[in-house]
Amino acid sequence: MLGITGGKVFDPINGIDGRLMDIWIKDGKVVPEEMIDKSEAQIIDASGKVVMPGGVDIHSHIAGAKVNSGRKMCPEDSLRLLRPRSQITRSGSGLTVPSTHLTGYLYSEMGYTTVMEAAAAPLVARHTHEELEDIPNIDKGVFITMGNNHFIMKCIRDGELGKAKDYVAWLVGAAKGFAIKIVNPGGVENWKYGKNVQNLDDEVIGFGVTPRQILTTLGQINKDLKLPHPLHIHGLRLGQAGNVDITIETMELMNEFNGHFCHVQFMSYGGERGSLPQSASKKIAQAINEKSGVSVDVGQIVFGPATTMTSDGPAQFSLHQRIGGKWINDDLESESGGGLAPLTFKRNNPLHGTMWLTGLEIFLLVDDPWKVFLTTDHPNAGPFLGYPQVIRLLMDRDYRTREFERLHTKAKKNALLPELKREYTLYEIAIITRGGPARRLGLKNKGHLGIGADADLTVYLPDDDKEEMFSHPAWVVKDGEIVVKDGHLVREQPGRTMYVSPNYDPQIEEDIKAHFKESYTISFENYSIRSEHMGPNEKISCD
Amino acid sequence: MGCVSCVGFNQEIAGIKDDIVLRLKEPTTIPIEAESICPDLFVKRSYREIYDLPVYYGRRKMRLGELFSIDGEKSDFITIEDDVSNVKKIGSKMTSGKIVVHGDVGRHVGASMAGGEIVIRGNAADKAGINMQGGLLWIKGNAGHQTGSALPGENKGVNHGVIIVEGNAGLELGACMRRGIIAVLGDVGDFAGARMIAGSILVFGHLAKRAGAGMKRGSIISFGSSEPLLPTYRYEAIVQPVFIGILLKYLKELGIVFESDMTGKSYERYSGDINALGKGEIFIHVKS
Ligand SMILES: [Zn+2]
Repeated sequence: MLGITGGKVFDPINGIDGRLMDIWIKDGKVVPEEMIDKSEAQIIDASGKVVMPGGVDIHSHIAGAKVNSGRKMCPEDSLRLLRPRSQITRSGSGLTVPSTHLTGYLYSEMGYTTVMEAAAAPLVARHTHEELEDIPNIDKGVFITMGNNHFIMKCIRDGELGKAKDYVAWLVGAAKGFAIKIVNPGGVENWKYGKNVQNLDDEVIGFGVTPRQILTTLGQINKDLKLPHPLHIHGLRLGQAGNVDITIETMELMNEFNGHFCHVQFMSYGGERGSLPQSASKKIAQAINEKSGVSVDVGQIVFGPATTMTSDGPAQFSLHQRIGGKWINDDLESESGGGLAPLTFKRNNPLHGTMWLTGLEIFLLVDDPWKVFLTTDHPNAGPFLGYPQVIRLLMDRDYRTREFERLHTKAKKNALLPELKREYTLYEIAIITRGGPARRLGLKNKGHLGIGADADLTVYLPDDDKEEMFSHPAWVVKDGEIVVKDGHLVREQPGRTMYVSPNYDPQIEEDIKAHFKESYTISFENYSIRSEHMGPNEKISCD
Repeated sequence: MGCVSCVGFNQEIAGIKDDIVLRLKEPTTIPIEAESICPDLFVKRSYREIYDLPVYYGRRKMRLGELFSIDGEKSDFITIEDDVSNVKKIGSKMTSGKIVVHGDVGRHVGASMAGGEIVIRGNAADKAGINMQGGLLWIKGNAGHQTGSALPGENKGVNHGVIIVEGNAGLELGACMRRGIIAVLGDVGDFAGARMIAGSILVFGHLAKRAGAGMKRGSIISFGSSEPLLPTYRYEAIVQPVFIGILLKYLKELGIVFESDMTGKSYERYSGDINALGKGEIFIHVKS
């Protein structure tokens, strides 16, 4: 039993904006005060401090084949952050692609308790789950890439939408995924022929379907299966000048199905095609503000080293062509593709400055904080350790102005940012880092401190320097146990992997078996991941 | 051809008294990681403080004084007696001062060093002077693989500084070098100067295969024998470059004594690697 008393609580899901209250915890859950025997409860005196639910990250790349390729390709990254083992923790290394245990420690020390791994092809999901099991102190889930899946595209071509629905339900359960991820629908498949898609009605080679069909079909299926999280969409033409129009068009298309658009900063550029991208934050923010079914996470640039990794093979190739250096291209049989390239975001680079501005402007121009969430698309736009700095940029206009002045003159020219006076409040920060993502993910027990919620919370020491405040929480509690004290890890414990397993017509398995015989390098029997082979896990119901 | 030992060296250390002398208390086969053996850390520390500096003994964190006997304090001149071939990272990241090792030394000696001087009287293991940013690293014996190359994964390596190897050097000497001078008086292994960006590598013994593979710019000068170059190198002309004379003069001033006068000789000039930028050059000494 644990009591956190006298703290100023920010719990947006329950509408609590800085009220002094006590939080009581028993058996890993938030409980009413009456259920606590105070003579036995451990008390954390939080008076003068800020209490928030544990952080929830809606989009981060922390585990699996892709991240591991990054670790292998970038041994230099392990010199950027090194941690020797201690009495209670293992050693680890890496800043943009930290090793598994270290990933858990770093998130935990920042006050985060739930993190979503944003992309795994089903074929390599087993590896992802094995790594997730090794990431302590946070709960997690995996999004399964389906936007270039041969079986689904065949179903769409043949008009067998019922079959597609059963297959998707089977697939997300087989991969023990939490949500459906779409990456550059059709474009990743076309990349196998050295091509891409530029518009929603371009043809996917060999299937005769279009990105539009893939998006709407999976949108409808996501709705029919009542998955907790709406479609998680990485759209077309990532990183290209002028891509804001296709992003808005995709938002219009997906509004009725509900859609979460990830790392939208990379998808919100103006300017002529082929020229240097410009910020189109005003346009994209207006679209987000107008559409009730759309939410975004930003993918804010953090200056310094990054390792870009996506399933978007063609986007990674064009990035590699621009910057040179190391590059990995990946092909995942009949499911997906991918690529990686390390890169450093530099303050004095005009393009990087523009990307930085675009992200911050989107944060400040989207009116409803429940629709925009804090991410750096770790490690694509920078490591998650940059969150406290981004929070400071949002909360402190003077700091923002000073950082803006340090950009390249070309990036500063005509920039909108200096005009934006808005400063985020602690309540709004609690929304974009906790309540918002948890609600959008459909996690009923996360992101708030109401009765019955998971006892995941963070106590911060107020500080005018918000970066300092959010870097080193005074206490972090996970499942009712104190895991961090004074910014240091004091306890390592396993976290749970959350997954969904929607119902499907078992008849579909015959079709899938035939598909495996025809197209897969592994047998049907070895494909599905059984929950008993996972670490601690939790099935989230679909209703 | 070639050259002999360095005369100035013995005279120089004979005159210095206030060095700190380290000696391994007991020989061990367990690798020791001693980034803390660095003049920058020793110069203002008392005996006790030097004793307490951290080192890794295998995976165990220990104090320097528990493994080494320490004689002296508050000096930027460190002398290490005996063989320390399983002590890694000596003098890494140092910016000034001097280290003399009277025996063999382990991996990563002078890694990322930015100034000062390290003299190894024995052999150096792999990765000596890797990612060097300045200073002088003088190896009297042989050097291992990847001497003066880049940190794993990085595409830029040595950037300023001088490395002299009096014996032979292993594979990938000066790979990804960005600036600076590396001189090897003996033979070198394959892939010397691979992916070099700029700088100079001088080889007085045998230059092995695939020298300058992927080289963008920079110079590799072979004074001894050489394997056939890669087909991506193009023969240009016989030349008598002035800069080679200046480099040799500079090395002489550092204390290398050459048997014969090397200035004013002729060299075959090859340019490449045309698979990369192709602005690099390899000079092969024309035997008269
Ligand atoms: Zn991502």
